[in-house]
Amino acid sequence: MAQNTPLNLFQVTGRAMSAQLVRMNTAASNLANAGTVTTTEAEAYRPLRAVFAEQLDQANGLSTVRVAAVQRSDATPIRQHDPGHPLADANGDVWTAPVDENAEMVEMLESSRQYQNVVEAMQTAKQLMLETMRMK
Amino acid sequence: MAESLFGIHGTALELRSQRMGLLTSNIANAATPGFKARDIDFAAALKARTSGASEDQAITSATRYRVPVMPSLDGNTVEMATEQTAFAENAVGYSATLNFLRGRVETITRAIKGE
Repeated sequence: MAQNTPLNLFQVTGRAMSAQLVRMNTAASNLANAGTVTTTEAEAYRPLRAVFAEQLDQANGLSTVRVAAVQRSDATPIRQHDPGHPLADANGDVWTAPVDENAEMVEMLESSRQYQNVVEAMQTAKQLMLETMRMK
Repeated sequence: MAESLFGIHGTALELRSQRMGLLTSNIANAATPGFKARDIDFAAALKARTSGASEDQAITSATRYRVPVMPSLDGNTVEMATEQTAFAENAVGYSATLNFLRGRVETITRAIKGE
């Protein structure tokens, strides 16, 4: 992400918020796909995970966050024997998405807490800037 | 002119503002693997600045890496409690400095108006 002007505080917090939003969306996608069933192992849903990276602005030392990648985890889908299932293969097995609901909930909770923290920091900084501007 | 009018408070406000940016960067990077939290030693920066160093020099020489209480496995050294406390302290310091500045300006204004 190339940029010409130095980062300001609002860009730092804004981008951090966007990154956390991507993270929350991946957790939501994983939760939505928890328990989905497929016929083959290859087709099964694999959980998504956002990978964050630091983005340092050399000009003023501020650093913000960018989403370096959204990766699929290589967890192996769970094989279940269910011959009565319409999607069962020749052996009577189905493959369930390897989503850990608890881990996803924790991920979402942590993400939302960090989002709140960033918002709080931005509000305080904004308040101080406004006070500085209104100084008589 | 501005130097003599605002005294140490103008310098202090600059440094407080820079420190606020750095602490916000730490808070923003709370979930970035391998991120090393940094902070400005305010007293050291102010000392360097008042003894003639430029703003950049003063900040660079007084920037320190945060030593984590409990290092995390992904190499991130941001600890929310520490960052929030430092941020709050810095915000209060900024407000105080701003009030000192306001006082200075009011004093000068009164003197000019001859009240």
